[in-house]
Amino acid sequence: MHALVADGLRKTFGKTEALAGFDLRVKEGTVCGLLGPNGSGKTTAIRIMATLLRADGGSARVAGFDVARRPGEVRRRIGLTGQSTAVDEILTGRENLEMWGLLYHIGKKRARRRAGELLDQFGLTDAADRRAKHYSGGMRRRLDLATSLILAPRVLFLDEPTTGMDPRNRNEVWSAVRSLVDEGTTVLLTTQYLDEADQLADRIAVLAALPGAGGRIVAEDTPDGLKAMIGGDQIDLVVRDAGAIDAAAKTLARVTGSEVDIEPDERRLRAPARDRIGVLTTVLRDLEEQNVEVEDVALRRPTLDEAFLRLTGQHIPDDAKETR
Amino acid sequence: MTVIDDTRPTLGYHLVWAFKDGWTITTRGLVHWIRNPAVAIGGLLYPIVMVALFGLVLGSAMTVEGGGDYAEFLMPGMFAQAMANGVMGTMAVTSSDASEGVTDRFRTMPMSQAGVVLGRSFSDIINAALELIILLGCGMAIGWSWHNGLDGALAAAGLLLLLRFAMIWVGIYLGLLLKPEAAGAAWMVLFPLTMVANTFVSPAQMPTWLGYVAEWNPLSATVTACRELFGNPGVVDGSWATDNAIVLAIAWPLVAFVVFLPLCMRKYRRLSR
Ligand SMILES: Nc1ncnc2c1ncn2[C@@H]1O[C@H](COP(=O)(O)OP(=O)(O)O)[C@@H](O)[C@H]1O
Ligand SMILES: [Mg+2]
Repeated sequence: MHALVADGLRKTFGKTEALAGFDLRVKEGTVCGLLGPNGSGKTTAIRIMATLLRADGGSARVAGFDVARRPGEVRRRIGLTGQSTAVDEILTGRENLEMWGLLYHIGKKRARRRAGELLDQFGLTDAADRRAKHYSGGMRRRLDLATSLILAPRVLFLDEPTTGMDPRNRNEVWSAVRSLVDEGTTVLLTTQYLDEADQLADRIAVLAALPGAGGRIVAEDTPDGLKAMIGGDQIDLVVRDAGAIDAAAKTLARVTGSEVDIEPDERRLRAPARDRIGVLTTVLRDLEEQNVEVEDVALRRPTLDEAFLRLTGQHIPDDAKETR
Repeated sequence: MTVIDDTRPTLGYHLVWAFKDGWTITTRGLVHWIRNPAVAIGGLLYPIVMVALFGLVLGSAMTVEGGGDYAEFLMPGMFAQAMANGVMGTMAVTSSDASEGVTDRFRTMPMSQAGVVLGRSFSDIINAALELIILLGCGMAIGWSWHNGLDGALAAAGLLLLLRFAMIWVGIYLGLLLKPEAAGAAWMVLFPLTMVANTFVSPAQMPTWLGYVAEWNPLSATVTACRELFGNPGVVDGSWATDNAIVLAIAWPLVAFVVFLPLCMRKYRRLSR
């Protein structure tokens, strides 16, 4: 059973084609990460599925209802935490939740009880009676997230829930999302970070707007499948002496069995490292035997740019680079 | 496109929830007013400074057409100007709600969408009534008063609130149209519009063309009507606009309401374009 089905969604703003045939299926009770650079159409897709925007073509069903024909039914079953938070800064956290509860028509008593439960669940009880103005970015996000859960939605949309957050706040939001999923909510979250999608999602859909065309899904798989497709982890090596670059490149190519990406100015070499630790230890041992001095070495996930390069054959345009 | 919803609630259901949701949003507006008096007082500061400046400092140098005390002449103008300037508040809240996620959240909820605007107008009218009471008090402090009994005073207050009511719809429309920064700068355009009126001096004392504009300015209609109803000086018979000030003070806001209500509804629907 799919909680969310999008078929050929199209949307054009003036001359900009934001979505050109967006297809997606998300199984009930799973998390789907919608990964894409700035301007690839993530927000547009979410807004159409959350009944905020009308598609020019195609159709979408959310929790079993067509978003264009039955927006009322869809609204009873979804929660949305948009890119900008919907927190009233002058009200306290508790008052925010109680107000939204009343607007969800659950009655004063239940709104009050639900506010208490959610504050507890999101670790906001201590700050409950302070004005939201004094909340940190992470607390605001959690309060906003809590608001979308007042009705215990079947489908939750999260649009870039951690963009611009420091790691601590990001972890707070991540664990909040994880606990939701444990309760069976279907989540569609957008992100510009591969590691975030990797951390949270059961499946990752990669959205790309290629030059001259609107956004469409270019890959859809499990995190592991996707990483296999884009080459998994990378070994990233900096040698001390520019003269040693060639020797190091040869060693790296031999050990990894892949092409090596060289940035001579930074004396940096990169290659996919499927067998992470094995590659790392072998490379370091061989380089030491050749007396090549290593200044820095790291194993890391491919960046979104590298993933894009592999999936679409193109770099992400500079103006759409991640903003973290 | 027609929106088909299988539940098809009755009109009564829609109305009840429009008012209930409207009231929830009204309470939010009132809490803002009480917790953030700086904003409300800031809005009142302008008329109070003007009263101090014109009424007390320059008052003796200002002459009122047809004779009379300048403070008595000035106050109805200040009341009306405060009501007209209220458009800035409505515009600011509407625009910031739309740019933050608040309006989006309203629109993804199964709540009454009419309740959103209803709530906005309730809370703005209640705020305006509170501000008016404060300004009436200020006026009395500098020697202004009404002379045509409570009936006249209440009728004048009614006209002032009617003006504010019309400005709510202008404000919602502009707030949905403009980004918050532009909404803040709209002051530059609106301010001269409220100044070219009979607030500080009578149009007869202005250059001919300017006097003509000021005379027909909707704000002037409310000001003249209030002077008449409060029994304050400065109402000199002559032009049609002055003779029919009360009719105009009712008609202008109603026209604005009739024009801007459908514009607001259209704009709200078009958010999904
Ligand atoms: N309301 C709008 N008016 C005009 N262009 C828009 C609007 N919303 C989005 N776009 C354009 O559509 C494209 C996709 O935007 P968006 O869905 O916000 O991408 P993302 O969320 O992935 O950054 C971008 O080129 C953006 O400039
Ligand atoms: Mg976006």
